[in-house]
Amino acid sequence: MNNRYSRQELFSPIGKDGQQQISNKHVLIIGVGALGSASAEALVRAGIGKLTIVDRDYVEWSNIQRQQLFTEEHAKNRIPKAIAAKNRLIAINSSVNIEAIIADASALELEDWAKEADLVMDATDNFETRMIINDVSQKVGVPWIYGACVGSYGISYTIIPGKTPCLSCLLETVPLGGLTCDTAGIISPAVNMVVSFQISEALKILVGDMDSLRNKLVSFDLWKNQYSAIQVDKLKKKDCPSCGPQRSYPYLSFENQTKTAVLCGRDSVQIRPSVPMVRDLEALEKILAKQTGAVQRNPYLLSYSENAHRLVIFKDGRALVHGTKDISEAKALYHKYLG
Amino acid sequence: MKVTLNGEWTQIPDNIIFVSDVLKHYKIHDKVVVVEVNGGILSKLEHQSTRLADKDRIEIVHFVGGG
Repeated sequence: MNNRYSRQELFSPIGKDGQQQISNKHVLIIGVGALGSASAEALVRAGIGKLTIVDRDYVEWSNIQRQQLFTEEHAKNRIPKAIAAKNRLIAINSSVNIEAIIADASALELEDWAKEADLVMDATDNFETRMIINDVSQKVGVPWIYGACVGSYGISYTIIPGKTPCLSCLLETVPLGGLTCDTAGIISPAVNMVVSFQISEALKILVGDMDSLRNKLVSFDLWKNQYSAIQVDKLKKKDCPSCGPQRSYPYLSFENQTKTAVLCGRDSVQIRPSVPMVRDLEALEKILAKQTGAVQRNPYLLSYSENAHRLVIFKDGRALVHGTKDISEAKALYHKYLG
Repeated sequence: MKVTLNGEWTQIPDNIIFVSDVLKHYKIHDKVVVVEVNGGILSKLEHQSTRLADKDRIEIVHFVGGG
């Protein structure tokens, strides 16, 4: 018996009892990029019983600046993030049961994974997956913690089914086509600040100290020195399709999910957004011009080539990803540049 | 007028009348936001109709998707 958790047990809101509870809990982390790496490391160091990590992507050089579980070796060998993360996490704490899943988190699979978990941590890079997590959380009755960041800005909110508003109540409309870490950049302190908010809330939930939850939507900008916390209970909607009494879990239905199709013989995948949208190609051209690839635009579409891949984006929001037949890879590229 | 914006004492242009004008001024009007003025949270419709006054306390949180 070593004393590896002694400092956490000395912290009285956790104590020996809390530590025992943490060691019996199972957390599911969706996405193992910047947020997911930091979340996973914190939970594993804290002695979580079981951790399931899900990611569809592989490690690239541009990840290492902030994705703390990854090394140059991982980038050189394009190791899937879930596997690279698992190996590092086991080295940190061999007593944690770590399950690594290389997959695109679709509605069906997410529901199966969430049923087994006590808590879901959001570490995704897009709203499409978050809306699915939100519906699954309400359906299965498991809490989840939203977290996101871009540039020096970050935001977090803890969603407890049956108590707080859900993400659908707060958003009203799903923000599509926003800035992403790959278009607007990101600094590591913004990542770690979001994760600090997320993990503090996670620990409270895991030890059952629900009265200590923040119960506010929190946001900050570390470069502009701003901080904001808003009590959003009033935004809970009685007619919310995700958490209201007449709920239909709209994001679990096939119609509301991003549609993908492999185009036969073309080594391409078509991606159609979940809701109709008009893409501002001129604005997108300005954003993508800052990237390393080549951008071309005509009145109907925009083409962006990088290495072996070419993304063609149409005004109606549809995108063709050339150079792959792999739907997960195509979706990863799509969300990376288009949000 | 001068307001407290996300905890910072801030001078905003005099042509700002409504909450929606502040969102436009900071170029976040096309983002999904939650706005609180003097402790009261506003619905999206109220952004257009809520007038601002000197020394108001405004909190604006906008949603982002990165991670």
